Amino acid sequence: MAKKLDKVEAVTVGVGWAGGIIAAELAKAGVKVVGLERGNDRSTEDFQMVHDEYRYAIRYELMQDLSKETITFRNKPGEKALPMRQFGAFLIGTGVGGAGAHWNGDTWFFSPYDFEIKTMTDKKYGKNKLPKEYTLQDWGITYKELAPYYHQFERMAGTSGELNPLRPERTEKYPTPPMKDTPILKSYMDAANRLGLHPFRQPSANISEVYKNPDGETLNQCQYCGFCEKFGCEYGAKSSPNVTVVPTALKTGNFDLRTHANVTGIIHDGNKATGVRYVDTQTGEEFDQPADIVVLTSYTLNNTRLLLQSELGRPYDPKTGTGVIGKNYCYQITAVATGFFKDRFNAAMGAGALGTTLDDYNNDNFDHSDLDFIHGGSITMKQLGKRPINENGAPSGTPRWGKEFKKESIKWFNRSIPVTSQGASMPHKNNYLSLDPTYKDAYGNPLLRMTYDFTEQDHALYDYITARCADILEEMGAEVVEPKELTDHFDIVPAQNDHITGGVIMGADPETSALNNYLQMWDVDNVFVIGASAFAHNGGYNPTGTVGALAYRAAEGILKYRKNKGQLVKRETSNKLV
Amino acid sequence: MDEDSKKSNMSRRKFIRNSSYAAGGLIGGGIIGSLIGTNYFNDTEQPSTRSSKESNFNRALMFFTRQSDFQILSAATERIYPKDDQGPGAIELGVPYFIDHELAGAYGHNEREYMKGPFLEGTEYQGYQTPLKRHAVFMTGIRALESESKSAYDASFVDLEGEQQDKILKKFENDDVKLHKVSSAYFFEMLRSATISGTYADPLYGGNADMDAWKMKNFPGSQMTYLNKIGSEKFIDIKPKSLNDHIS
Ligand SMILES: Cc1cc2nc3c(=O)[nH]c(=O)nc-3n(C[C@H](O)[C@H](O)[C@H](O)COP(=O)(O)OP(=O)(O)OC[C@H]3O[C@@H](n4cnc5c(N)ncnc54)[C@H](O)[C@@H]3O)c2cc1C
Ligand code: SF4
Repeated sequence: MAKKLDKVEAVTVGVGWAGGIIAAELAKAGVKVVGLERGNDRSTEDFQMVHDEYRYAIRYELMQDLSKETITFRNKPGEKALPMRQFGAFLIGTGVGGAGAHWNGDTWFFSPYDFEIKTMTDKKYGKNKLPKEYTLQDWGITYKELAPYYHQFERMAGTSGELNPLRPERTEKYPTPPMKDTPILKSYMDAANRLGLHPFRQPSANISEVYKNPDGETLNQCQYCGFCEKFGCEYGAKSSPNVTVVPTALKTGNFDLRTHANVTGIIHDGNKATGVRYVDTQTGEEFDQPADIVVLTSYTLNNTRLLLQSELGRPYDPKTGTGVIGKNYCYQITAVATGFFKDRFNAAMGAGALGTTLDDYNNDNFDHSDLDFIHGGSITMKQLGKRPINENGAPSGTPRWGKEFKKESIKWFNRSIPVTSQGASMPHKNNYLSLDPTYKDAYGNPLLRMTYDFTEQDHALYDYITARCADILEEMGAEVVEPKELTDHFDIVPAQNDHITGGVIMGADPETSALNNYLQMWDVDNVFVIGASAFAHNGGYNPTGTVGALAYRAAEGILKYRKNKGQLVKRETSNKLV
Repeated sequence: MDEDSKKSNMSRRKFIRNSSYAAGGLIGGGIIGSLIGTNYFNDTEQPSTRSSKESNFNRALMFFTRQSDFQILSAATERIYPKDDQGPGAIELGVPYFIDHELAGAYGHNEREYMKGPFLEGTEYQGYQTPLKRHAVFMTGIRALESESKSAYDASFVDLEGEQQDKILKKFENDDVKLHKVSSAYFFEMLRSATISGTYADPLYGGNADMDAWKMKNFPGSQMTYLNKIGSEKFIDIKPKSLNDHIS
């Protein structure tokens, strides 16, 4: 029998960026919040031995323990889904700070086009630009409405950056100046300029100079140490929940952070949630935590899974297109071209978000009339800091092991670098999340099943944008330029991109979306679901800037709900709900 | 401890003392900012020099029970990452010991992987599915390397010429050998990636002896900062440091 605890006002499931922001904002406003986090606690002090590629980037010590829970995967409905037994295509964080403890720090705002993509695409290219299998829809909020929350996130995170010439709607400077320049990035910048493109130093949460945020938290200066992506920062120089919102929340005395607390379900009466159930992962004890407001901040996968498992909201059915939970699961297509150069550069030095980007082929910045896809992707060269286990690239034709392999992989280590694009991903009716009928997690609950494949749109966009990546490397004077091909189908094994979105999407119409634009469930007033799960499609940038903005927006919504109760947004459709 | 490593430990402690977490909370931005911003931390110090001649008690077996299996593994890793005029190969770097030690622990026992059944064969996009844990895959694969060698050349794998060993390894790589409950290509991939991991991981894991693999690749290992180097037009050759240099 689960032990029943004393009721609190709000409970969050997971304490990453989303959970941390909610905790900080509610706690500052005097709300008692419990944060339940399945992983362990951690702070900057835990990262003193972090420059260990094998431990963190090969064995993934900071990532979710897959022996306890994973997903199952198949390419299409009708196939038998099988478990993702080890990490491959994407990674999933765990522990206090979530993936925010070890993210790269690319901090983007989605574009105005993203939020009204359906309306704007129809208007410019006609209603049939994409076949009807693509379940494209607007987000129920505009860029203009979200902009103040974006800036709020940025001021808290201390983002370093420089204005993007192709995003004129932004006029506010970044809280901290752009990161340092390096010779290889300068060469990229020059080549792009010669091609008539619009490169700029990209926004970064590796902070360029010491910064004190409005909550009084201090971020240190990035040391360009090269152990950033997948690593915690031993200097407290990477903006993460651990050095910002979590300490802010704790300082108020209103935040009760409970680690090793794995939530297994939402308790509810059909119309209203009354709390959550969780297991202490160290003792196996079960607890019921009653709460007035339940906030899911457990990332794309568990936000969706907890709703399906708890039978809250209407599950999506790809056959009929009805229902919403699990709908519009999206990924990103990662286009890559690698340049092999004559001269060596300091490839081991770098930072997670040290890069130069251009948006000439992103959003609707170029004409798609004669193209068989919409949207695009940011095109970036990053100096991440190369590490030797993972980086053994050599021009194709080089053997994968043996004498030649050793010689060539050593030769190119300090002479090669990729240009990559994060290609936007459009929702498709057959790409969705549901519960697996066979496989179970460590607590006996069904795993989440992912049904996903690349679409025609993805393939067309990929081919187009990979060629653009290669153009820039050619212009830079690389000796060899090698564009990578996209696999025919999405493959769960090779590492690709960590940005998985959708499943509990926001919108203006309760029939086609799960959440209103405060991320409040249409069907259950006291449940808010925050994260990239709310994205109606995935854009051409990393997601977390948008996750952060939505979290601040939701925090405001929760405080409103606390006063007025009920739905915060009027429904746009008069249709009766099924 | 020699003078040089004392020095590097000292400066690390000093660095930590001056950064936020050692003070038990964040110190004012101004203070640490001026420290870091003016390059208080000197990133040009020399790393310690360590000698491989000290006896290395780490070089013994904790997973393999038969030395013959370990020798076959060793020979195979050396073909994947051979000694050449640039420097040592897998054996001299200690890679076989790295693999042995890894197989004895969480890696070998798939402690953080989903290992619940049923184990079904999927499409080529669903990831390999085998009920065997890594230690069992290695044992199966190593024994099969030996039996392939015996049937093709009537000799042990360890006694073959390098090219003959390569031929056998290629058969595994191309999935041309039948193994029980696991594919030979899967074993080969595991062998290849474990060899590369052991070659280039921090020497604390038993491979990459003396950081020689990093030296060949001009990888500086675990440095504290590149703040004042990253802008350099020239390639900077930096003597590598390992995590051992950072233990105070
Ligand atoms: C290696 C890597 C690099 C990345 N780099 C970037 C980048 O540069 N830019 C960018 O924009 N994005 C990046 N991302 C993505 C980014 O990290 C996520 O968008 C962001 O962390 C999402 O925040 P979140 O709070 O929604 O989820 P998370 O950070 O995943 O936090 C969710 C938390 O919920 C907890 N949780 C889950 N289920 C339960 C449960 N049942 N009970 C209790 N707790 C639970 C988890 O343990 C976790 O701590 C990266 C991701 C990875 C993995
Ligand atoms: S590169 Fe900068 S932000 Fe990233 S871990 Fe190193 S010091 Fe921290």
